[in-house]
Amino acid sequence: MSARTINGGPPSTATLSVRALHKSFGSIEVLKGIDLHLQRSEMVFVLGPSGSGKSTMLRCCNLLEEPDSGAILIEGDKLTGPGVNLNKMRQRIGMVFQSFNLYPHLTALGNVMLALRRVLKMSRDQAEAVAMTALDDVGLSNRAGHYPSQLSGGQQQRVAIARALALKPTVMLFDEPTSALDPELVGDVLDVMRDVKEKGMTMLVVSHEMKFARDAADRVVFMDGGVIVEQGPPEQIFGAPTQDRTRAFLSRFNG
Amino acid sequence: MGVFLDQFLNQTVLAKYTPLILKGAGVTVILSIMIVLAGIALGALLACLRAYRIKPLSFLIVVFADVMRALPPLVLILLVYFGLPNLGVVLSSFTVLFLVLSLVLAAFAEEIVWAGITSTPKGQWEAARSTGLGFTQTLGFVVLPQAVRMVIPPLTNRAIAITKMTALGMVIGVPDILGQATTAQSFSANASPLTLAAVAYIVIFLPLVIASRWLEQRFTQKGH
Repeated sequence: MSARTINGGPPSTATLSVRALHKSFGSIEVLKGIDLHLQRSEMVFVLGPSGSGKSTMLRCCNLLEEPDSGAILIEGDKLTGPGVNLNKMRQRIGMVFQSFNLYPHLTALGNVMLALRRVLKMSRDQAEAVAMTALDDVGLSNRAGHYPSQLSGGQQQRVAIARALALKPTVMLFDEPTSALDPELVGDVLDVMRDVKEKGMTMLVVSHEMKFARDAADRVVFMDGGVIVEQGPPEQIFGAPTQDRTRAFLSRFNG
Repeated sequence: MGVFLDQFLNQTVLAKYTPLILKGAGVTVILSIMIVLAGIALGALLACLRAYRIKPLSFLIVVFADVMRALPPLVLILLVYFGLPNLGVVLSSFTVLFLVLSLVLAAFAEEIVWAGITSTPKGQWEAARSTGLGFTQTLGFVVLPQAVRMVIPPLTNRAIAITKMTALGMVIGVPDILGQATTAQSFSANASPLTLAAVAYIVIFLPLVIASRWLEQRFTQKGH
């Protein structure tokens, strides 16, 4: 059985589809044809050694990196190609970054409100209400008036999640969301991610949080050298990986 | 001592020319405000245009900024004031001084604001664009506010340095502080009006220098 056939279902019904994605930086081919399809409410974890292309793949999903070829589709709508309103499409794709990237000159509330006001054109009152709800969802409504510099790393990342969620995206991308955090702050962010999943969000996560992947992911994808080596339910990937490269990678974490 | 007082602090001369110097101070203040507003606005606008990285446009902006920063302002003032009438464009000395110093400040402000824009982390652009904000919106709501905060201290210093150059207007007859003072000095054959002028400059610019020091401390402490 090839890895591709267990991609959940045909692409047309997928919430997020990555098709035949290629990307090179100069002469180095980072992505050598990635096919990945996420069903509604599915949480897919992408694992792999550094340089495997997993972050580049994620960043191609909202065109922060421009693919050389291939296609990205959100509920069947193409992200690439002529006549696509990229800003409109990006509202449907939330992204959370390793380094949070909160706007330092705005409060937590201001961070969440900005796109609501300027992209969704909400009134100030409406945007504030939506933003407060989003901050409440990540347990930080009591920090709404704080600037990022007054928040811990974990709190900043939760504000960043609220900022993305407030736009009611179809899919959420997480690019190593806990890698920049002190160990004791990781748990709060993972709890929020679990909440987000339980509310039915479709999530594509690049992360090294193996335990969380095992507990929470619906599917785990192992990437190496710009290709998907193996994928399947977490118990299969962690318990009985079929590929040598997967085994070698996982043994470094478990050993 | 008596000679000194008579030359620099002559009571009669001081009393006679104080109203004139005050009038000149009004001109200096108005000119300075206009130059700061126009210069910084134009400079910020040029820095923003440069952010779009349209090659020919960026090239023109860089040429403008470099030429304006390389030329001594006095040369520019004389060139415009005595040169343009030959082309049939006659501008008042006030207008020439305003135009030249605004352009010089704009050139410096462009470079300073541009440095602020380029030192805003890439992640700020990415975060904003990922929420659906366009390039111009990201520039206006996310990058520029941070860039301006970063560059307020150098911008303030440069603005003070350029507005002080309004004194150069004397050579083309602008009735600013120094213009009035030199006129008064030649009428009275006494240096006291120049003393008054120095006092007037200190009264106007010392608070600004102190304010810039305060701004500098405030924005470095915050450390965003």
